[in-house]
Amino acid sequence: MVGPFQRRKFLSASLAVGAAGLASPRMAFAKAPISKNILLVMLRGAADGLSMLAPVGDPNLEKIRPGILGDYDGAQKANSFFAIHPAFRSVGEIYSANEALFVHAAATSYRDRSHFDGQNLLETGAATANTKRDGWLNRLIGLMPGDTPRALAIAPTVPLALRGDQPVSSYAPSALPSASANFIDRVSKLYAADEQLNGLWARALETQAMAGDDTLRNLRDAERTGELAASLMREEDGARIGMLELDGWDTHANQRGAFARQASALDTFLGSYRSAMGQAWSQTLVLVVTEFGRTARFNGTNGTDHGTGSAALMLGGPVSGGRVIADWPGIREQDLYQQRDLRPTIPLEGVLSGAIAEHFTLDPALTFETLFPGRNSAPIGSLLKT
Amino acid sequence: MSNSSIALNRFGYGIRQGEQAPAAPRQFLLAQLEEYDPAPAALKGRSDHSKKPGEILELLRRSRMQRRMQASEMDASMASENTGSAGGANPLNGLPPEIQRSYRAAGRVLRDDVALRTNIAVSSPTPMMERLVHFWSNHFSVTAQKPGTHYQVADHEFQAIRPHVLGKFSDMLKAAALHPAMLLYLDQFQSIGPSSRFMRSRAARQRGNGGGAPRGLNENLAREILELHTLGVNGGYDQSDVTELAKALTGWTVQGISRVARFSQPQSNGAAFIAFAHEPGKRTVLGKSYADRQNRQALEIFDDLAAHPATARFIATKFARHFAGDTPPDTLVSRLEADFLNTSGDLASLTQTLIASPEVWTEEPVKFRAPFEWLVSVLRLTGVDGLNGQRLAGALNEIGQVPWRAPSPAGYDDIAASWASPDGIWRRTELAERIARSLRPDRIVERAQMAFPEALSDETRLWLSRAETSRQALALLLVAPEMMRR
Repeated sequence: MVGPFQRRKFLSASLAVGAAGLASPRMAFAKAPISKNILLVMLRGAADGLSMLAPVGDPNLEKIRPGILGDYDGAQKANSFFAIHPAFRSVGEIYSANEALFVHAAATSYRDRSHFDGQNLLETGAATANTKRDGWLNRLIGLMPGDTPRALAIAPTVPLALRGDQPVSSYAPSALPSASANFIDRVSKLYAADEQLNGLWARALETQAMAGDDTLRNLRDAERTGELAASLMREEDGARIGMLELDGWDTHANQRGAFARQASALDTFLGSYRSAMGQAWSQTLVLVVTEFGRTARFNGTNGTDHGTGSAALMLGGPVSGGRVIADWPGIREQDLYQQRDLRPTIPLEGVLSGAIAEHFTLDPALTFETLFPGRNSAPIGSLLKT
Repeated sequence: MSNSSIALNRFGYGIRQGEQAPAAPRQFLLAQLEEYDPAPAALKGRSDHSKKPGEILELLRRSRMQRRMQASEMDASMASENTGSAGGANPLNGLPPEIQRSYRAAGRVLRDDVALRTNIAVSSPTPMMERLVHFWSNHFSVTAQKPGTHYQVADHEFQAIRPHVLGKFSDMLKAAALHPAMLLYLDQFQSIGPSSRFMRSRAARQRGNGGGAPRGLNENLAREILELHTLGVNGGYDQSDVTELAKALTGWTVQGISRVARFSQPQSNGAAFIAFAHEPGKRTVLGKSYADRQNRQALEIFDDLAAHPATARFIATKFARHFAGDTPPDTLVSRLEADFLNTSGDLASLTQTLIASPEVWTEEPVKFRAPFEWLVSVLRLTGVDGLNGQRLAGALNEIGQVPWRAPSPAGYDDIAASWASPDGIWRRTELAERIARSLRPDRIVERAQMAFPEALSDETRLWLSRAETSRQALALLLVAPEMMRR
């Protein structure tokens, strides 16, 4: 353990900032990054790890997925064995800058194939689905020393991973017509004498100001969603813990095109987020995870079905990147889990808890036990730069 | 708040445009028990969708065979709308066309049902009763998510909840926990007893060929019945009780699964019982033994769960929390608990006891309105009635609470911490201005006084009277502290 990390107060006088932020949206916030951030990106629908990072050095790949090697002609090699999906252009650059690493053949302890239960288990951190009501990202807040860090879901409502006893909020561009400035001003006056509503209203104005004068109606534009996420996290008063969800990874049919579109949106988001974070990127850990993987072989509709092992991605200035962490299980018939899925050899819980403990200088065992109680694995060390 | 305002707002969905505030608040509430219509005319026009889940399961099974699709637990009910997720494509892309059509049709039915539920509450002459319907519906929460549920979640509320809100809790438990929507949502429909005739014959067929692991017992429903519907999480049961109840429940499934149709015994609630999937033998739950009486075995356990003291405590606490504050007074909880035990779970008596309790009539507001409650109150106050499903589901989605879309079987939270959020207030403000813009309101201060009789604050009155236009005054009223809390 190194010494306790330094974190400045994030909310002192923030209520006073609200009104100023309203008058002049971007003036009130300091420029310098001052603290450590974590962004969890959850890929809902079970993202295919074998597409994300293809084991092109494995002679059996072409046998289980005929024609797939062609997709990786000229793709960036992660090392002599793995190639990065060609849609991951920004991720590839970040990887080359040694600020991104892949973990392959990873999975949580979940071994069935229901999206809902798999996501429930990944988000609650419990050993069995539907047995815990709060999420591990929320429990992480309680582990952090000092003042409670601000935690924000970039979503219309708070996802399970972030729900729980610790205070969190959510923000997403709404499809509703923006309220007029005149009306907003009058609501401020209406609430002035009401402690609860005045406090909530001040924070709403603040978040609106941080998000800027955006004309987004939803989160479908990946580039601008990246900018939005960064604008909510890079400033001194911003969120230290963020979460974003990306749907649409359930590629039962025509996977190659569908996956490329999804990967491209994820890549655009990550590239845009990294640029917009600026200096704060050096203090930011981004974790990209999915509930489980997909079948190793293509099915009859050139898609893949619900599987087990997948890949995870970790990015950010602190990441000891430019490498793949894998204990490759192989993809021959006898290597596969239940003769159909990539066999998981690395516990995702160990990756998440290990990286988080390192990033925030927390006790790894305590972090693991708090985030993933009752799971049968251990935190993995040395994922970040020392 | 005055008693009149409490009767309107804490117990109900607020005043309806054109109504007078009640002069005798308690009688006004008690009269609603008499006037309540469990099957209002609007429900009679709803199409019968009882065959749909079976059809969809059949469709998925066929395409799985033809196309080797593993599963389609597709979250597609709102497929034509923004799901809120970032960057994602339409979740239906890539699915076979007949499945896409089926999901789109299911989404339309669900949206129409959202409108039906909302508009019944908006126009209801017994708003407290609608609040009770929605309270119990949330207690036995079902979410439109898995295949077939979209057609059944509203039916769950209309057929399993509405008839029982003034009846016996045990009857509601049986109706709600075994309704097809719940059987689908919590996987009960595919739970099979490990020693059932079905599994034994299947094991014999598969011996030696090492085939895929057969599906067997699924404990989801059993666990949630104990944890969420009856005893509560600390209600004194353990894992063996969960497993035993799960075994007793085996055989309960949905109608219309063609390959087992000839073994399927239709049940009066729209579900089916398949004896050869039922786990044979007696079961022991909470130390009591239950003989194997097929589909009756689970029902007999339900009767004892409903009568259990832990259930009385759990229900009393939730009921009190809904009306008397996030941390309800213990005296109130104890009184409701005793009433529940003494009357064997008579919900009319429970409601009367609530109305008679002084703890519910405290002057200060005790609850932050959840989004659905807020929107219904807004629509009643403004007289906007009959909005279609697209508009209502869209608005409810934007403010964060669409009926039958709760994130877990625990239903939507019933505490301020989950709803009193900056983004939540912001969105209500946007929607309020949008609604007010479409109207030509007048006499707003007068209407505010009617909506919150002797309970309108000086600040609200001041800022309403200073508004630039009547529309702006109305928009302000819709987000005023009096509308946000009750």
